[in-house]
Amino acid sequence: MIKSANKTNELLRIENLSVEYRTDEAVFHAVNNVSLEIGRGETLGLVGETGAGKTTLALSIIRLLPKDIGFVTAGKICFNEQDIVKIPEAEMHQLRGSKISMIFQDPMTSLHPLMTVDEQIAEVLHAHKRLTKEETSNRVDEILQLVGIQPSRKKEYPHQFSGGMKQRVVIAMALACEPQLLIADEPTTALDVTIQAQVLAMMNSLKQKLQTSMIMITHDLGIVAMICDKVAIMYSGEIIEKGTVEDIYIRDKHHPYTVGLFGSIPDLTKKTRRLSPIDGLMPDSSDLPPGCKFHDRCPHARDICRKQVPSVYTNGTHSIKCHLFTVGTEG
Amino acid sequence: MSETLLETKGLKKYFKTGAGTLHAVDDISIRVTKGETLGVVGESGCGKTTLGRVVLRLLEPTAGQVFFEGNDILRCKPREMKKIRRDMQIIFQDPYSSLNPRMTVRDLIAEPLIVNKVCSKSEIDDRVYSIMNTVGLSYRMVNMYPHEMDGGRRQRIGIGRALVLNPKFIVCDEPISALDVSIQAQILNLLMDLRDEYGYSYMFITHDLSVVKHISDNILVMYMGRSVEYAPSDELFKEQYHPYTKALLNAIPKPTLESRNMSLEILRGEVSSPIDPEPGCRFAPRCPYVRQDCIGEDIPFIEVKANHFVACRLAQEGKCLS
Repeated sequence: MIKSANKTNELLRIENLSVEYRTDEAVFHAVNNVSLEIGRGETLGLVGETGAGKTTLALSIIRLLPKDIGFVTAGKICFNEQDIVKIPEAEMHQLRGSKISMIFQDPMTSLHPLMTVDEQIAEVLHAHKRLTKEETSNRVDEILQLVGIQPSRKKEYPHQFSGGMKQRVVIAMALACEPQLLIADEPTTALDVTIQAQVLAMMNSLKQKLQTSMIMITHDLGIVAMICDKVAIMYSGEIIEKGTVEDIYIRDKHHPYTVGLFGSIPDLTKKTRRLSPIDGLMPDSSDLPPGCKFHDRCPHARDICRKQVPSVYTNGTHSIKCHLFTVGTEG
Repeated sequence: MSETLLETKGLKKYFKTGAGTLHAVDDISIRVTKGETLGVVGESGCGKTTLGRVVLRLLEPTAGQVFFEGNDILRCKPREMKKIRRDMQIIFQDPYSSLNPRMTVRDLIAEPLIVNKVCSKSEIDDRVYSIMNTVGLSYRMVNMYPHEMDGGRRQRIGIGRALVLNPKFIVCDEPISALDVSIQAQILNLLMDLRDEYGYSYMFITHDLSVVKHISDNILVMYMGRSVEYAPSDELFKEQYHPYTKALLNAIPKPTLESRNMSLEILRGEVSSPIDPEPGCRFAPRCPYVRQDCIGEDIPFIEVKANHFVACRLAQEGKCLS
């Protein structure tokens, strides 16, 4: 398989993407005017809470939005310089599983209960490559070893594996064709913390070995600190802050929501009496307020926040979508 | 000396399965005093949820004793148990499955009052509103159904239901794990404020070490049904004697960039089977410090420092790991 030579280091570029869900009751504006870039070998942490639009964004990239309900209404998704939003399904099918792969949150429901692990990994290989039976078997063994599972277990069924092992199988399937981009949607949320540490360490070393770019969707700022190079924070379908991991963890200017997220985490190193959570809830995406979507929960909200969508303040690699940084100091 | 509210002695809960006997809770002896929060920590399968249920007699223990305010509750008859249950309540993990979907907020919070006949019909509404106010639920939600509300609000209903009888002791079984991070913080603050105001004692069960540190006075670490370490909260985070406790702490990804390039000491392997376990330390197969004398004979849970208990051969020799 010949990999096309690209002029830039950029693998994925999303420009002004908007995604809607249209149901009988309402239209849900799940993703609103999102732009981001990922280079080869980079890991982007996509952070946000339930309803922020992270999974929708991921499903849009890999084109697995629910049929007849989820629609990309604006923008581009450029993968290897090609806009994949509108390419025919047959072409997308070629990309899906081989160049762009995804792993989902719950390993328990991602695996077919009636197929052995061998059969499930082989299925991915057969969909994209022409291999002999022996070549397939060798590749399955190779991939299983890569994720830390003894190849002798490949004839077993998913229910015979623990949660952590199941997730390794899922990762093996996602990496079988050595994709350029791996989208991992909360891959370790359902796992115990010591197993999570094992799986994250494995993903990190695989990523370095295979030079795979990764989008790691998570709400865990600890995981982001551990393995991500860049971070994008989503709120109500928008990216309200993004930058390198240093921009987010070390620099001092931040979106108030980011400050709130960090304030919600109980700190192991300090003794704080009370946590500083963010009051209230994310707005309903079928009934979004005007102006900044965070204004009703923001301790710094001003008049302009209620009326006007903020423009983006940029400082090198760091950008923040907030009036605090883009408007002059008026009252 | 603070008054003991709840005490267990050698508590065991075994389940018979086709493959053998599953040792879910295996010889747990704990004490919770009035106003204390005991954090019970461990990963999947350690038995912490089962412990929470057995302590309330929602599951009948296989062996051992449970004392509540000095009464041996395992000897109590159903009628006595019903009375004691007013003082011992539980908040469940899943705010979706723990609320009857066909009952409104009012029905759910009023049910304990009605079942226990603690007030007259006319007083019920007042009590319900009072509780809703206490847990931060707006009055206009009183006739809403659980499915109309988000996880955080549902959990507030669960908490309100546990508080309405003004109990003394509440088992909180992973009460915030199913919630978003910022909602978790809100609920955790609520639980702490309620405790400070009304003097509740909690058994706070969780796998999340950062949360347990925040809310607990003392912490019990469990592994495969056994107690492995117990210490006051601050102390446990400064000094760990048991290798599992140390591994658990190390495994938590910290939200700072400092530990980024350091290779974390990753615990290898997985939890072994809790069915018919061999005598000896159950952590041995994964322990980086394992020795000959760790297997073959059960290791006693002994006090190595004031109020700091450990079940480990290393600790017995006075070796601290941190």
